[in-house]
Amino acid sequence: MWEKIKDFASTFFVTGDPLIYGADVAIVLTTFAIIFVLTYYKKWGWLWREWLTTVDHKKIGIMYLIASLLMLFRGGVDALLMRLQLALPEMHFLHSEHYNAIFTTHGTIMILFMAMPMMFALFNIVVPLQIGARDVAYPFLNALSFWLFFFGALLFNISFVIGGSPDSGWLAYPPLSELSHSPGVGQNFYIWGIQISGIGSLATGINFLVTILKMRAPGMKLMDMPMFTWSVLATCILIIFAFPILTVTLGLLFVDRFFGGHFFTMDGGGNPMMYVNLIWMWGHPEVYIVILPAFGIFSEIVSTFSRKKIFGYKSMVFAMMIISVLAFFTWVHHFFTMGAGADVNAFFAVTTMAIAIPTGVKVFNWLFTMFRGRIQLKQPMLWTLAFIPCFAVGGATGVMLAVAPADYQYHNSYFLIAHFHQVLIGGVVFGYLAGIYYWWPKMFGFKLDERLGKWGFWLWNIGFYVCFMPQYALGFMGMTRRVYTYGWDLGWAPLNFTSTVGAFLMGAGFVFQIWQIAYSIKHGERDRTGDPWNGRTLEWSIPSPAPHYNFAVIPQVKGPDAWWEMKKEMQQDGTKKKPVQLKPIHMPKNSGIPFIMSVFWFIAGFGFTFSWVWMAVFGLIGVGICLLARSFQYDTDYYIPVKEIERTEKALGRAV
Amino acid sequence: MNQESHGSVKSYTIGFILSIILTVIPLVLVLNKMMSPTALVVTIIAMAVLQFLVQLFFFMHIKEGEKPRYNVMALILGVVIVVTIVAGSVWIMSFNSQVQ
Ligand code: HEM
Ligand SMILES: [Cu+2]
Repeated sequence: MWEKIKDFASTFFVTGDPLIYGADVAIVLTTFAIIFVLTYYKKWGWLWREWLTTVDHKKIGIMYLIASLLMLFRGGVDALLMRLQLALPEMHFLHSEHYNAIFTTHGTIMILFMAMPMMFALFNIVVPLQIGARDVAYPFLNALSFWLFFFGALLFNISFVIGGSPDSGWLAYPPLSELSHSPGVGQNFYIWGIQISGIGSLATGINFLVTILKMRAPGMKLMDMPMFTWSVLATCILIIFAFPILTVTLGLLFVDRFFGGHFFTMDGGGNPMMYVNLIWMWGHPEVYIVILPAFGIFSEIVSTFSRKKIFGYKSMVFAMMIISVLAFFTWVHHFFTMGAGADVNAFFAVTTMAIAIPTGVKVFNWLFTMFRGRIQLKQPMLWTLAFIPCFAVGGATGVMLAVAPADYQYHNSYFLIAHFHQVLIGGVVFGYLAGIYYWWPKMFGFKLDERLGKWGFWLWNIGFYVCFMPQYALGFMGMTRRVYTYGWDLGWAPLNFTSTVGAFLMGAGFVFQIWQIAYSIKHGERDRTGDPWNGRTLEWSIPSPAPHYNFAVIPQVKGPDAWWEMKKEMQQDGTKKKPVQLKPIHMPKNSGIPFIMSVFWFIAGFGFTFSWVWMAVFGLIGVGICLLARSFQYDTDYYIPVKEIERTEKALGRAV
Repeated sequence: MNQESHGSVKSYTIGFILSIILTVIPLVLVLNKMMSPTALVVTIIAMAVLQFLVQLFFFMHIKEGEKPRYNVMALILGVVIVVTIVAGSVWIMSFNSQVQ
């Protein structure tokens, strides 16, 4: 019996690596610490009522934000481990399998569990406020999306202490990801972690599309919407059409692995290249999914801090819509070297280059908005200014990669690595950070400290170029991606060492940002006006942080930049607004079902991962029961009485 | 809360049964190897198209909706993308017949 348990434990838990043992200890200690603090301060009820069951979009946004920062930390540690291993030739820090696992989890986490939730954080926090709504269209579904993401990410992340991490790359190409080449459970963790959170992402896409189309404040026409809202609309369209492709592709891979199917196997009529074809049909739109909201953020920031209307509003909208459709027609540029033939490669090379045109339009519009504006170099604006040149270079190298014949040289070299990090860090990460700095006062009621923020900013920026510029050269010198070590004779040592230094500079930048947050919680400048940047859109018309119901009275919108126009009007008449008639506000009730249902999904995913059918079936039955329970729930909403609204508004310093 | 506009129990039941039948037919055909490959592929595609229509009419209420015809717009874009996926894949993967 004892022998059996030991046997089981030695395969169930990841053993043999001191780094992992260290992580085990840290995880156990942190868990105990959290349980202790919650119990000691009697916070379990609070946690359940205020957070785990909430359907408030602002709180859900904050939870997304915290989760994504944790994932940025985990993915960042992965990156630093890889850079340490590559710092010098013939290092013995990580062995090859460990290195494979780390680059796989790094890529998957950064895209799916860091960038996506950080994006959803901003969707949730900003969109309803910008369009003058009191919540999203489907608040219950919104909570469900978050918890599905959370438990999907958890399932993926525990793979490094239980069962073993996936190690066939962030897109899991077969035959490497098939049972024949990856017999362990790591690949199953990958499939189920992504599937479960993927359902949540799709639901979020639908939710915000409907919210934007149906819940705008009266008078706000589509062409009056703030640019960020437009970018979310474009992103939602991409999500709705792209994520099902991912789900189906991974579903087929699951059939191959679990039922012995032959969709992507080498034999039995399977075709691994079909997987590559399918996964990039999602993968390319996915990179636009994460960059479009960043574009939206930059538009808001540029116009606010230049004190000007955005230049070329219509062309901005048009460019974004074109990008969201064109994004579906370029996927082959990720596998030009498959050799589909000159006609196929030429077609997709041209479509790829075509996307650069609307993107260029947007860059020029930002520049023209700044031109002759009164620019204020606040933190959000700093990140925006850093983004423009960085993204321009990243786009240029992207166009180089899009030249199909030349790509036979660049493909899977460090040139490629440098390219996509330039657009992902310089575009997506800088963009979301800018957005976080910009909307932070709206979320929490205080600004983030400028001085510490500047340290973070410069470390990130200098670190970025020090880290990734050498990698372009390394690519030309023949260094391919996913190598775990190299020889002294190749002459790659100095550039690799430089690159590692840059990576640690970025890591230091992140540490400064965490410090900045901690410092500002105590000492940050409080925002009592609700409009700390002299903003232009509706989210700045309400107190910070926004009350539970957002708008005591739904605003009447007459055109773009609604809040800016209202402010001008108020100044002109020199009169206060007439006292308004408050009405009871209709709000959704909290619900525990999203959380519980996602726990069942987690159980089902865990069961499938270990091929424990009883457990998978148990989990799925739980999911079914939750669905049923929700369908028979009729008491799902309530009214906030006028008295309570008056009290809240007074406490926030607003006359009603 | 408007019950009529979301279909009746009857239409949902019909849709449900139809979609199950359309799923079972290809499964049986494939598992029992009842057709030649070409005929099989044609049948599966036919079932898929019918399934698509069943979903649209019985569950997604494509006929309903108000002034801005978001339903129809989404459907058109969806069809464009489905065609791209299917026809694109066939075109891209046709290199396979040359190399094998
Ligand atoms: C602290 C900054 C970062 C550093 C130093 C870094 C470094 C690296 C390294 C060394 C690799 C593996 C190269 C190899 O294949 O051998 C890699 C791959 C990758 N990184 Fe990063 N990275 C950083 C941030 C990010 C961010 C923010 C994202 C996404 C938003 C990202 C997405 C990816 C992806 C998708 C891959 C490909 C993974 C694969 O090939 O399987 N990285 N990165
Ligand atoms: Cu691409």
